[in-house]
Amino acid sequence: MKGGAGGHWRLRLGLAILLLLAAAALAAPWVAAWLGVDPELPDLLARQAGPSAAHPLGTDELGRDILVRLLVGARVSLAVGIAAALASSAVGLAAGLLAAWRGGWVDAALMRLADGLLALPALPLLVLLAAMDPAALGLPRGSAVADVLRIVLILAIFGWVGVARLCRAAALSVLARDHVRAARALGVGEGRLLRRHVAPALAAPLTVAGSLAVAGAILAESTLSFLGLGIQPPSASWGNMLANAQDLVFSAPLAALWPGLAIALAVAGAMLVADGLREARHQSS
Amino acid sequence: MIRMIAGRLPQIAVTLALLSLAAYLAIGAMPGDPISLAMMADPRLGPDDVARMRALHGLDQPLLARWWAWASGVLRGEFGYSRLFARPAAEVLWPALRGSLVLLGTALALAATLGVAAGMLAALRPRWRGAVDAAALLSQALPAFWLGILLIILFAVTLGWLPAGGAPQEGGLAEAARFLVLPVATLAIAHLAAYARHTAAGMAEILQSPWITAARARGAGEARIALRHALPNAAVPLLSILALDAGALVSGALITETVFARPGMGKLLTDAVMGNDHNLALLALMLVATTTLLATLAADLAQRALDPRLGQGR
Repeated sequence: MKGGAGGHWRLRLGLAILLLLAAAALAAPWVAAWLGVDPELPDLLARQAGPSAAHPLGTDELGRDILVRLLVGARVSLAVGIAAALASSAVGLAAGLLAAWRGGWVDAALMRLADGLLALPALPLLVLLAAMDPAALGLPRGSAVADVLRIVLILAIFGWVGVARLCRAAALSVLARDHVRAARALGVGEGRLLRRHVAPALAAPLTVAGSLAVAGAILAESTLSFLGLGIQPPSASWGNMLANAQDLVFSAPLAALWPGLAIALAVAGAMLVADGLREARHQSS
Repeated sequence: MIRMIAGRLPQIAVTLALLSLAAYLAIGAMPGDPISLAMMADPRLGPDDVARMRALHGLDQPLLARWWAWASGVLRGEFGYSRLFARPAAEVLWPALRGSLVLLGTALALAATLGVAAGMLAALRPRWRGAVDAAALLSQALPAFWLGILLIILFAVTLGWLPAGGAPQEGGLAEAARFLVLPVATLAIAHLAAYARHTAAGMAEILQSPWITAARARGAGEARIALRHALPNAAVPLLSILALDAGALVSGALITETVFARPGMGKLLTDAVMGNDHNLALLALMLVATTTLLATLAADLAQRALDPRLGQGR
């Protein structure tokens, strides 16, 4: 209704926000070196300092520089968001395609599973999964990389559902079209059929669902880290920075401002991209 | 309709049974069991005592056998004792459930009302559409825990108008309401966006349809068209959001309860899972899942009653 510019405007703004955050995340080591601070090393003499030349956003309760921890946290959030979205998309694409292509009991089983997962409250179950011993699942434990892997895996367990539904609907509508049925009748192999005709039609819904999954994953990671189940300190993540800041709202309210602002910015960026892509798709079809 | 209920109820029962099994195994896969906690508390316990206690509590049995014992007990109406609180699990559950129902009931009613109103505003007054879109985006992007902290900083720390958290020890309804304001606002803002977006999209689409033009041609007023013709039709998809939120009514709001230190189901569920309290955790989880699945069924039935075309697809 808003004309062709609406979608592109959102897409551009969202991409600009995400690229800005990605650049900030990549710059983290240089900023740390330039300021001469270590994001994980406590400096108790400089704890809860206000903004200054040495610490542009001040320091937290252990005297660690908030700006550098924010930038390092951006790496975690973006890595988790993108990795979880990729994993969800891959599983969701496979499940949706399989359900639409195979039909019958495969379709029924996959979609009932999806319904079941969707009907359950995600957060308590995420907490339950996050509390499980990673070693019991054959995952390493302890390091920050292991934490990220664990969170990505947990988020993908719930994240594939939305992607699968969108992909299934798109694949079903393509498979029912005349040219695809004609190709099948002409003896085109199933593999070629899926590659040539179905795959291109799935690109649009997959990008929309994928960018929504990025937003969801960033929010979920920060929530788990806030509850102490995600990225473990001393590694910085926006969620665990907020968990510490909540204890200090009375003495250092400003420390709670930045990580939340960063989360909101990243999530809004990913959602704008999804909105823009969706609108662009509606206008082209 | 009867046939649909008869078809769905067994599916729901199977889902619940599988879910309880999965949850039981997941809790069992967490590090430590009740006896290891007892060992940490009492250094005098030797290997013999541990083996005896494991046998006494049935912990030497495989997980599957323990799940079966639990499930057959539940079918007889025995929910067992909570290990953390040393009281019957159902008795522990009740106060938390009441807290969550009050908190989420208020918040969701507020979110649905305001969200639908905002969505209608966006659909009926295009000038406002940008503002409503932006507000909806913001409310979905703000992490609930951060919003809660910001509200505490503003209204409890800086202005000192409202309590920062907890629940009132004494005092009447007015005192209890004061403690509710900030958590309810946090939750309502988070849930509002979905209602606003779906109402706006649904109304905008319906207002384009020929029968709305026909109603206009017959001389129906704009208010009547919006409220009597467009809104009920736009409300059909809203029912499924409402059904999912009904689950939240029972599962509580872990984040909001944590930030505002309020007793509730979210906190109880997490504590029970973390504390290896199988009976309590499973009772709470089953309650949540049953409510959500039944609410989804009710929403499907209501949608079919409102829109008979849906039933003819299959």
